[in-house]
Amino acid sequence: MSRVYVSRDMASVALGADAVAQALAAAGAEVVRTGSHGLFRVEPLVEVETAEGRIAYGPVTPDEVTAVLDGSHPQRLGRIADLPFFAAQQRFTFARCGVIDPLDLADYAAHGGWAGLDAARELAPAEVVARVKDSGLRGRGGAGFPTGIKWQTVLDAAGPEKFIVCNADEGDSGTFADRMLMEGDPYCLIEGMAIAAYAVGAGHGYIYIRSEYPFAVATMRAAIECAVARIAPFTLEVRVGAGAYVCGEETALLDSIEGKRGQVRAKPPLPAISGLFGKPTVINNVLSLAAVPFILAHGPEAYAAVGFGRSRGTMPVQLAGNVRNGGLFEVGFGITLGELVNEIGGGSDSGRPVRAVQVGGPLGAYFPPSMFHLPFDYEAFAAAGGLIGHAGITVFDDSVDMAHMARFAMEFCAVESCGKCTPCRIGSTRGVETVDRIIAGQDVDAEIEILRDLCDTMKYGSLCALGGFTPYPVLSALDHFPEDFGGAPVALAAE
Amino acid sequence: MNIASERSRPPADEPSVYAEAVARLLSEAGDGRGALLPLLHALQSEFGYIDDALVPHVAEALNLSRADVHGVVTFYHDFRRLPAGRHIVRLCRAESCQARGGRAIERAAVDRLGVAMGTTSSDGRLSLEPVYCLGLCATGPNALVDGVPVSRIDNGVLDRIVAQVSA
Repeated sequence: MSRVYVSRDMASVALGADAVAQALAAAGAEVVRTGSHGLFRVEPLVEVETAEGRIAYGPVTPDEVTAVLDGSHPQRLGRIADLPFFAAQQRFTFARCGVIDPLDLADYAAHGGWAGLDAARELAPAEVVARVKDSGLRGRGGAGFPTGIKWQTVLDAAGPEKFIVCNADEGDSGTFADRMLMEGDPYCLIEGMAIAAYAVGAGHGYIYIRSEYPFAVATMRAAIECAVARIAPFTLEVRVGAGAYVCGEETALLDSIEGKRGQVRAKPPLPAISGLFGKPTVINNVLSLAAVPFILAHGPEAYAAVGFGRSRGTMPVQLAGNVRNGGLFEVGFGITLGELVNEIGGGSDSGRPVRAVQVGGPLGAYFPPSMFHLPFDYEAFAAAGGLIGHAGITVFDDSVDMAHMARFAMEFCAVESCGKCTPCRIGSTRGVETVDRIIAGQDVDAEIEILRDLCDTMKYGSLCALGGFTPYPVLSALDHFPEDFGGAPVALAAE
Repeated sequence: MNIASERSRPPADEPSVYAEAVARLLSEAGDGRGALLPLLHALQSEFGYIDDALVPHVAEALNLSRADVHGVVTFYHDFRRLPAGRHIVRLCRAESCQARGGRAIERAAVDRLGVAMGTTSSDGRLSLEPVYCLGLCATGPNALVDGVPVSRIDNGVLDRIVAQVSA
């Protein structure tokens, strides 16, 4: 009987993986469900265990499983690790994703799991914090704040009760790394949180997952149940969001766990001092916490050895939208945007020229191909008027209307604003109206001036990144694609 | 799918049914700190929506004001104050799906399903709701059809969705 591996990742299931797995089981194969390797063009993907390793076929339909099992299927890809898309990666965080059965504790341990937690428990808590600092790890949720310094603040905060909170409210369009990790290697996140708890002296943790991720919620809950003994005395629970994008903002997320409206808190106090229920709280993104087991197991030097400038380690980049090789590509910082979009991503899926990419989700800037030389680095993107955010890259071909995308950015902000501060609550609605007048050709120059002024108010007057960063997509669309707003193209203006 | 219609019908004897459900679900989910959102999720899963008449029971059980509970129910997009359709299609409107033709699919879906975005058909058959990202961003346009994820929606896939939700 052949042993075969089929992904149970939500994206694979959306492409028909369940039906393929059922057909394989009906044909007599032993089916192991894994996470996804992260190249969705070849999903549903089936790997067959052979003497030469796991041989992959994809995409596969349910009526083709016999051909997969006898090796005659035309879409034979060979070993996954040998494909250029995977051979070029540095998988520190996603090493096990797609390989193991996500809920099999023995499989996790056999692939290096728990080595980080075991190493941490050999050290004093302050030494664990020091290693995270030495690794150069910065918050992968988007802000890029050094994780070790955040942990140090919580370690130094006095108090009988502290919390670890994982921000898994991955609401940015174009991002799915948190989801893939939680579905494909949930113990990695649990291990990272257990290390954080040991390092700062926290007893309980929460993973706040958005309700749009039902697979991740189910997998994390099952994994926590299985891992209770391994992480004790630390305890963990999942809290499910309720469809509010703004709860990805850390203080709104804390209020949401407390059972309140997810409204942003003014800072200070920092959550590290007065966070969940007023207690010292580490709040980190999924990818920050999931990077920690590697750092403890292999040493901070091994993590910091890759990277670029002050951006150390790897980033699980997500290639999304109209891109041929869409998926998850974990690589050291410093790779250029153009390499990611054109070489790794293979250009647009439609075959038309790439016109714009949005980096960092709905609050990230739009960049034209003329800026594809930018290295993937927090500072380089900030200097270019954008942000890395959660490292999602959404590719658009030349059919995109950038005035429409600018309008959408304002519309999204209006839908999702928590309503606490005026620039975001009112500004976003006025922004939609202003872009509408520009699109209608009414007094365009004056309206663009108003729009820029409004963006200035939102950027500097908003309480959090929702209102504060919505100007990034709007202004970058205006700056790089003026022809879509009734102006002359940048290239022509420069000549 | 009769379960959904059963669930979305208001109970005959609201006060006692609602009070019993709140007490039962609270004891199941644990009444620890921050219990309001888990309780509201559980209630919506039981009744299909958060009836305004539930609010006083929730407030009393958690020692909150009715305004507090009302504020939370109305803040979060997930909580419905009216019953949903027997079928629910949640179609992604976010950027990555737009980059793959999502806007055209949204127009076609509204047209073919005969229900405006964000509304429920008058016969209670179908709700069409916007969702901003399902995390399937390389294979859009995407939707959740009665909770099942569907990717690469084109006119052919839309045909299947229309047939599925016509029952």
